[in-house]
Amino acid sequence: MEATTETKTTGPYVGRTMRRKEDPRMITGLGTYVDDMVLPGMLYAAIVRSPEAHATITSIDKSAAEAREDVVAVFTGEDLAGDFEGPMAMVWAPPGVEIRTPEHWPLKRGEVKHVGDPVAVVVGTDRYSVVDAAEEVIVEYEPKPAVVDPEEALEDGTPLVWDQFGTNKTHEWGISGGDVDAAIAEADVVVEGRFVQQRTAGGAIEPRGAIGEPRGDSLTLHSSTQIPHIARFVLSGVIGVPEDKLRVIAPDVGGGFGSKLQVYPEEALVLALARRLGRPVKWTETRSENMMTTHHGRDQIAYVTLAAKRDGTVTGCRARIINDLGAYLQLLTPFIPELGFPVMGGAYRIGAINLQFTGVFTNKFCTDAIRGAGRPEGTYWIEMSMNRLAEKLEIDPVELRRRNFIGREEFPYTTPLGIIYDSGDYHGALDRLLERFDLDAFRREQAELRERGIYRGVGFSTYVEVCGLAPSRAVGPQGVGLQGAFWESALVRVHPSGSATVFTGASPHGQGHDTGFAQIAADRLGIDPENIDVVHGDTDQGPFGWGTYGSRTAAVGGEAVARAAEKVREKAKQICAALLEAAPEDIELVDGRFQVRGSPDRSMSMADIAGAAHIPPEELPTEIEPGLEETSFYDPENFTFPFGAHACVVDVDVETGKAQVVRYVAVDDCGPAINPMLIDGQIHGGVVHSIGQALYEQVVYDAQGQLVTGSLVDYAMPTAAECPSFETDRTETPSPVNSLGIKGVGEAGTIGATPAIVWAVLDALKPLGVTEIDMPLTPMRVFEAIQAARGDGGGAAAAREGGGS
Amino acid sequence: MGATVHVRPIVNGEARESEVESRLLLVHYLRDVLGLTGTNVGCDTSNCGACTVLLDGQAVKSCTVLAAQADGADVITIEGMATDGQLHPLQEAFREHHGLQCGYCTPGMIMAAADLLARNPNPSEEDVRHGLEGNLCRCTGYHNIVKAVMAAAGSSTATVGAERKEVTA
Repeated sequence: MEATTETKTTGPYVGRTMRRKEDPRMITGLGTYVDDMVLPGMLYAAIVRSPEAHATITSIDKSAAEAREDVVAVFTGEDLAGDFEGPMAMVWAPPGVEIRTPEHWPLKRGEVKHVGDPVAVVVGTDRYSVVDAAEEVIVEYEPKPAVVDPEEALEDGTPLVWDQFGTNKTHEWGISGGDVDAAIAEADVVVEGRFVQQRTAGGAIEPRGAIGEPRGDSLTLHSSTQIPHIARFVLSGVIGVPEDKLRVIAPDVGGGFGSKLQVYPEEALVLALARRLGRPVKWTETRSENMMTTHHGRDQIAYVTLAAKRDGTVTGCRARIINDLGAYLQLLTPFIPELGFPVMGGAYRIGAINLQFTGVFTNKFCTDAIRGAGRPEGTYWIEMSMNRLAEKLEIDPVELRRRNFIGREEFPYTTPLGIIYDSGDYHGALDRLLERFDLDAFRREQAELRERGIYRGVGFSTYVEVCGLAPSRAVGPQGVGLQGAFWESALVRVHPSGSATVFTGASPHGQGHDTGFAQIAADRLGIDPENIDVVHGDTDQGPFGWGTYGSRTAAVGGEAVARAAEKVREKAKQICAALLEAAPEDIELVDGRFQVRGSPDRSMSMADIAGAAHIPPEELPTEIEPGLEETSFYDPENFTFPFGAHACVVDVDVETGKAQVVRYVAVDDCGPAINPMLIDGQIHGGVVHSIGQALYEQVVYDAQGQLVTGSLVDYAMPTAAECPSFETDRTETPSPVNSLGIKGVGEAGTIGATPAIVWAVLDALKPLGVTEIDMPLTPMRVFEAIQAARGDGGGAAAAREGGGS
Repeated sequence: MGATVHVRPIVNGEARESEVESRLLLVHYLRDVLGLTGTNVGCDTSNCGACTVLLDGQAVKSCTVLAAQADGADVITIEGMATDGQLHPLQEAFREHHGLQCGYCTPGMIMAAADLLARNPNPSEEDVRHGLEGNLCRCTGYHNIVKAVMAAAGSSTATVGAERKEVTA
């Protein structure tokens, strides 16, 4: 189970495995999550939610709840109609494309559109009594037909989620490059497939929480969010408070995985309640609420066509992708499927690509970003299609990939969709994987095991992902159409005695950036990382920033830290040069000291310089401003494109259908490491997220739109017993996009892994004639696929009809 | 408040005494009454294990135990794991081996691991994986948690529980 963490202890701090600065408080129980906070006079809120998937609210009787001793107030949507200036936000407006976007208010009036839709809120003095009172709010509903299946939803005559649109289609968006029709017409071989990425949950172990706190004419929101600055920007509009009067604080956040990359109705609600009642109001999500009303991910169906020559050269790729977006469009809901488009050609030189996305309303909660957000889906389509092609051509799937890889000398490589892959060495990563994973030996072992009745299979994935979100103009209003930007900020402040604080606009929630950013700043400031504190998640501390998601924080936020620290270093050199009577260009930072080039005896520490910057001595020229802090706003010129090669080995018990991952080898390239230990940790977690999706997890709604997987009893996240120890390795191909060369790694495991796991199961079952099973590959589905293949050869169809998790 | 009950548990070696609602869960007693917020709540169904504490030396999910059931019992939470300023070997090992990321499952994971090592001081990797089945983590993929528990197992002071109870009783 050994990973490849290096134990470098000298030289730059960047590149070293260092223990995390975050850990001491967390291993002693001193982490501070939202629900840990108790404010003077604080009230508790519980939300009354719709048990119906689609219905008209005919009456609400709140009198019994209001009469309870511990209850301060009960509000319906009508009661709070005037408390909100605008509806919740959806921020994608692609030029030339209309996205049908229903108004989405924190509490509903008139109709409810999914199970869990909030209709009233109870506020009281005690955590338990507000839940009791919420049960006494009597809401009468007139049910309407629920729309559940996204493909049926597009058919004529289907009931509508939103009558005013006259259709369940939210929008269509397409992108194309090269002549796909010609590629398909001229192909020697064409493979087609229907692939399903089922609806999943984020599964952060900390449910959401929010506290609204009034203070004079200002409001503070404490929230378990990945995006405090965006939340302030959006919520100031929703509740009608200027940004200078609204502070958003993300304290310790217990995991996000995209599910907290959102501005949620409950955040607006606690602010409105705090303002009305003049007291802090806390809402803590239960896990049941989390399963209902914290956004889901994936839920896409793709019809993929791959065209190729007889030698395996892929010439074209066409995909039509149907996206079940749920009832409301939240922050990025309609955009997330499309986010996969830059890498839907994978690591391959494909001359023509045509992608068409169709969004669909259903009576479910919305989908939005969950770890990978569009790229796991895109990677699954292309990798599964490549496997199918390999089978059809009877070419080894590894060899087929090699024949189509973009060569290392071809970077920067422009795809037919106009995306520029920054750098890559796909052969190198695959070579490294096969050094660690002897495929010939595996095939011999596999054959021997099969004779003994043991079904073992292997699956490969050679993925490319797009990170480093984002060059603002490419994705902004006039580009892809997001009504935002994606640069990142850093402020580096050296204190008078020589320690430093780094303020970042990113908002990490488990990734370890307190440690990684301290390492980056340390090398540039000549200060030990132990003496550099990293502050994030508070709109009143440090500059505006765009938050943590999309594996962007190291590549964009980290570069901002490097640039701000370098500005500080340049000023420090000026001060040092003035005091040592040397030229600034002759000052160099060596082993933590600023010294005159060639004269190590003439040197100053950062503490000496910081002291002089704050309490200027006579010798310091007045032209040098006092103080020692600098800010950088870094907007990347391109995305970054991490990549890797994974191999997964699975054993399938053909009597029970249970698949178990027994070996997993991951070679990933995210550019040079800041802290190798943290990279391995991200890969482990990312791959297990995919083991969950591939084998166990699915958010299931029944035909009436009832949520069947409403708790962790029914929604099966993997435990330690379902996971192997991982073998991880890295190659390092620097990105030319930023000075650190780093690409990002938070989602790599999740993006790369599902096709490897699924194909490993199909490889194991190949002798039985099973060719297709939709995720999750639960024992039931695998068992049914085996039975169907044994019976009539209709394994694929039977598996598709099989039950949920 | 409905019916109440008088409870006198010993929490992290300290005798406590409270009048609480009889339906109050142990986890909310620890968090809301005693202010020991290291023990977290992650689900409503005893699946995630974030709320795991030791009750008379045994790991329990404190969201499924009433405060009333802890009357007279010895309760150890994550806040009680370090002694005399010295981290417990499991705490050290979790940090050393990067066994935590967001930290939310960590207190429960460490308490479950303490119980596991008390019952099986030299577990195999498989023992550890099955022993921690009742605790979910979404960040780490369990790899480094397993590594940390195996590393702590090598330490002679890795267990709490029976021995510890004598100290605090």
